[in-house]
Amino acid sequence: MQGPSGSAALLDCPNGVLRMAEQRQAAERPLSPHLQIYRVTITMAMSILHRIVGVALYAGTALVAWWLIAAAAGPEAYALFQSVAGHWFGQLVLFGFTWAFLHHLFGGIRYLLWDEIVATSPKAADTITWIAVISALAGTVLVWAIVFSMRGVI
Amino acid sequence: MAGSKRDMRTPLGRVLAHGSAKSGTGDHIRQRITAVAMVPLGLFFVGFIVALTGADYETARAWLGNPLVAIAALLLVVAAIMHMRIGMQIVIEDYVIGERLRSLALIGNFFFSYAVGLACVYAVAKIGFGA
Repeated sequence: MQGPSGSAALLDCPNGVLRMAEQRQAAERPLSPHLQIYRVTITMAMSILHRIVGVALYAGTALVAWWLIAAAAGPEAYALFQSVAGHWFGQLVLFGFTWAFLHHLFGGIRYLLWDEIVATSPKAADTITWIAVISALAGTVLVWAIVFSMRGVI
Repeated sequence: MAGSKRDMRTPLGRVLAHGSAKSGTGDHIRQRITAVAMVPLGLFFVGFIVALTGADYETARAWLGNPLVAIAALLLVVAAIMHMRIGMQIVIEDYVIGERLRSLALIGNFFFSYAVGLACVYAVAKIGFGA
């Protein structure tokens, strides 16, 4: 019992009372400036997009699992996967998946560089961010150009 | 403020000196290591999947069953699951408000990550061992 005399009483409070106290405090605190206050920069937009794309990839891993399980399960399960993946909507999802993966990968390399104190000046940070954005788009187009040429479409 | 009368930390918390971050540094480092691992592994698998374009069931299985491909696939799965579990945990901790909902979301995150990860590992192993 080294804490201030009030702490023991606080700990004895039922959860609800503690919660109410927390909420009252929260309402009185000043709010920090949020997104709409700041000028939009490419690094800021990419930071937000990196998270959103990361969450999308998270969900996308279920599709990878489905593909692998289908391949492990047998020809019928694999045929079902292939028919869904080959549908125009499936192709759209796979196209989006390709971009999301490359975007997160190239965008992620920036964080590894910044961890090593490389390209940390605002100008250099903007430059490598644009490089990441463009590389991901170019990579996605390249991947699908190869896919379509293998199919003999183009 | 450590040790002062205003310090809200327990004696154990003070000794461990983790502050409110708990095991955050470990996850931070794991997030970076798995990211580094996934750069070559991820690019390899993009190429691998592109190469499987139009491949039938037998061909896809034969390639997935190749030991080198299977081991690379397992490495990618393990790195990806660790990476996405940490990433989603950070997103949940940042945006999900309310203790109970946050706890449920964090538990759900673990369940989803490990379920997907183990499903992938099982499938790759099954193909690799030719069962």
